[in-house]
Amino acid sequence: MKNEKLETEDKNIKYDIIICGVGGQGAILASDVFGRAAVVQNYNVQAAETHGMAQRGGSVENHVRIGATEGSLIPEKSGDILIGLEPAEALRYTHLLKDDGIVILNTNKVLPTTVTSGKSKYPDLDEIINSLKTKYKVYAFNATEKAKEAGNRQAMNVVMIGASSNFVPLEEEVLKSCIKKIIPPKTVDVNMKAFEMGKKQIEN
Amino acid sequence: MENKEYMLGNSAIARGLLEGGVGFVSGYPGTPSSEIIDTLRTVEEKDFYVEWSVNEKVAVEAAIGAAFTGIRSAATMKHVGLNVAADPLMTVSYSGIEGGLIIISADDPSFHSSQNEQDSRRYAEFALLPCFDPSTPQEAKDMIPYAFEISEKYKKVVIFRPTTRICHGKSDIKLGEIPGKSGEANFEKDTSRWVMLPQNAKRRHPVIIDLQKEIQKELEESPWNTLELKNTSKLGIIASGIASAYTKEAIKEIENKTKNEFSFLKICAYPAPEEKIKKILKHCDTVLIIEELEPIVEDRVRIIAQQNKIKTEILGKYTNHVSRVNELNTDICKNSIENAFGLKESASLVDEANNETEIELPVRPPTLCPGCSHRAAFQAMKDIFGRSAIYPGDIGCYTLGIQNGTVDTTVCMGASISIAAGMSKAGEKKHICCAIGDSTFFHSGMNSLMNAIYNKADITVSILDNRITAMTGHQPNPGVGITAMGEETYSVSIEELCKAMGAEFIRVVSAYDYDSCKTAFKEAKSFRGVSVVIVKQACAIVERKAGVRRTPYYVKTDKCKGCKRCVNFGCPAIEYDNETAIATINSQCNGCGVCAYICSFDAILEVEK
Repeated sequence: MKNEKLETEDKNIKYDIIICGVGGQGAILASDVFGRAAVVQNYNVQAAETHGMAQRGGSVENHVRIGATEGSLIPEKSGDILIGLEPAEALRYTHLLKDDGIVILNTNKVLPTTVTSGKSKYPDLDEIINSLKTKYKVYAFNATEKAKEAGNRQAMNVVMIGASSNFVPLEEEVLKSCIKKIIPPKTVDVNMKAFEMGKKQIEN
Repeated sequence: MENKEYMLGNSAIARGLLEGGVGFVSGYPGTPSSEIIDTLRTVEEKDFYVEWSVNEKVAVEAAIGAAFTGIRSAATMKHVGLNVAADPLMTVSYSGIEGGLIIISADDPSFHSSQNEQDSRRYAEFALLPCFDPSTPQEAKDMIPYAFEISEKYKKVVIFRPTTRICHGKSDIKLGEIPGKSGEANFEKDTSRWVMLPQNAKRRHPVIIDLQKEIQKELEESPWNTLELKNTSKLGIIASGIASAYTKEAIKEIENKTKNEFSFLKICAYPAPEEKIKKILKHCDTVLIIEELEPIVEDRVRIIAQQNKIKTEILGKYTNHVSRVNELNTDICKNSIENAFGLKESASLVDEANNETEIELPVRPPTLCPGCSHRAAFQAMKDIFGRSAIYPGDIGCYTLGIQNGTVDTTVCMGASISIAAGMSKAGEKKHICCAIGDSTFFHSGMNSLMNAIYNKADITVSILDNRITAMTGHQPNPGVGITAMGEETYSVSIEELCKAMGAEFIRVVSAYDYDSCKTAFKEAKSFRGVSVVIVKQACAIVERKAGVRRTPYYVKTDKCKGCKRCVNFGCPAIEYDNETAIATINSQCNGCGVCAYICSFDAILEVEK
């Protein structure tokens, strides 16, 4: 796996990260970690976040563009990696990912009220994964369960950051120190454990 | 190493204000502008003043007052807030100011969190004011001290217009020095400057028209309006604001793939640079204009071409090469350029797009949070007034009540009560029950309520008091008892306000006490005249952050009849299982307990400890 990771010394790196999920899952914290880490490593970075109305349980998409100096929005088919905090939301934003791009998928579903109320159907999980696999390199696992094991289901986003650390051109130690700076001090142990668990998911 | 920090665009704007020596900032929350003041609020040891005002008009007027005393000032709001503040804006343009004054009006192309996508640059034209339209968060920060300089030099208010992608973009920001507040407040009397009586205003009108020309000349040479002519090419592109960033990226891609080159004029400060526009027009055979929303640059370019008898072909919104609706991005700009200059490759991209997945995804609309007090109020309204009643709505989290069937109209802040009263006075016979939040009530709903009572409307007004301005990120308001400076202050009683305005029917109920809510609405329904029901309960997010925990609820499966009454309540914590035909409660339950009241079969119970 390690050979897929770009050399971190290359300052002309361009690497586009899509983080998508449901409002409240911690997508902003995740993109913040990548952005801060990029600045620590002296890369330019542009990011776009979803704030406002959609944060109330709606669909959210964050873009982080390492090495970018202009627009913050990732053009179609040019994302390098998609971090899907929720399966249906991952599928919703794959149009931004380049062919053969990497998908890290949390398989834990969050049902929209349109589904909980029985008005619409949530697609079959295997169908989602198989559909993703036709075009992309997919790493799917239940990150919410892993976070629970680590001590708090809220740390799911950090599990996903840990998993992505195998691919993004950012150093593991830098990512970890950025996480520590953002999260409440009481939760450092849980989050560091969550990071390791995510990272191991890919290595295995 | 340079001093760099990863920052939200709005925080970069706040930083720009500090680097510009701001002494006074006021504003009203509104996405995407809110985090500017939220950032300033958290600055420790402030040597500036910051406030959340009750509305945008008041915010701008307060900032004008500060600027009249010579203090560098700013007022922040979202684009539609500038409509509320348009009254002072149009006249302060005539009077001018003493200390620099920046009105920050954040636009929201693509309606991410707004009821329209008006373009604040039009206001700048309308009010004869200079306008800054940054293309990146870094530029946004760097522009602010410059904007203060221009404002003070010409004694003019300036408009600063970031868009959602600037405000909620993040990037590595190079920081500058913070000089500290500039000067002490000292209002110098001069009725010819500060009193806009007809004779004074009349004298000022031609002056401000000329000033715009002078400012235009200065901005022509500013770092925000830059021209790059390519000798080898007769093709030109003019792009403004954030669209210039997307366009640059698109040009790079096209230049890498084809042999084409483009002269490029970037415009981020208005009035638009006339000489540079003339130069690119004369240099090129065809010029494409790319800007988000209104054709403001394009209008200027067409006028300049006509005045100077330049025959260059001008493409843009009027020729359907660029859309007048929604935000742009690199793909859209690339497409526009390829279409405009006939560079389209084969249709391979389109074919690939058709191969996309066939799986149908459920829509995921934003919803009221589990335990949100608004949902309880809406359910009680619906239970008492029924489906045939009319529910004028307002602006806030509770606009999401559209999913509960209790938002029939939404226009602007405070309109719920006035629209309800208008319907009533027009002779509408159906019951009318409108809903408005606490902050929106203080913003402009108060005027509407006074009007409804004064003119004897027959309506029920439900004031959803969740003790915060929630949707925009939990800012305090006059009901909360704390200021943006973090000082304790008087907490305005909505009930006493309503009494003072002459409301004869007022009930105050707790949202989670569902039976009392229903009783209050029932009595309100039979009252003739304006009845007010104040539904109180702190925002579920704020409560959670404050450490409040309630015991969650569960569905006793043998008692559930699968009637879906609780499911239709619309709480994300309640799920319906089609297989077993019963409801379940998931881990999102915050224990508000309203669903237990709603269940007709006593099947929803508190989890035993």
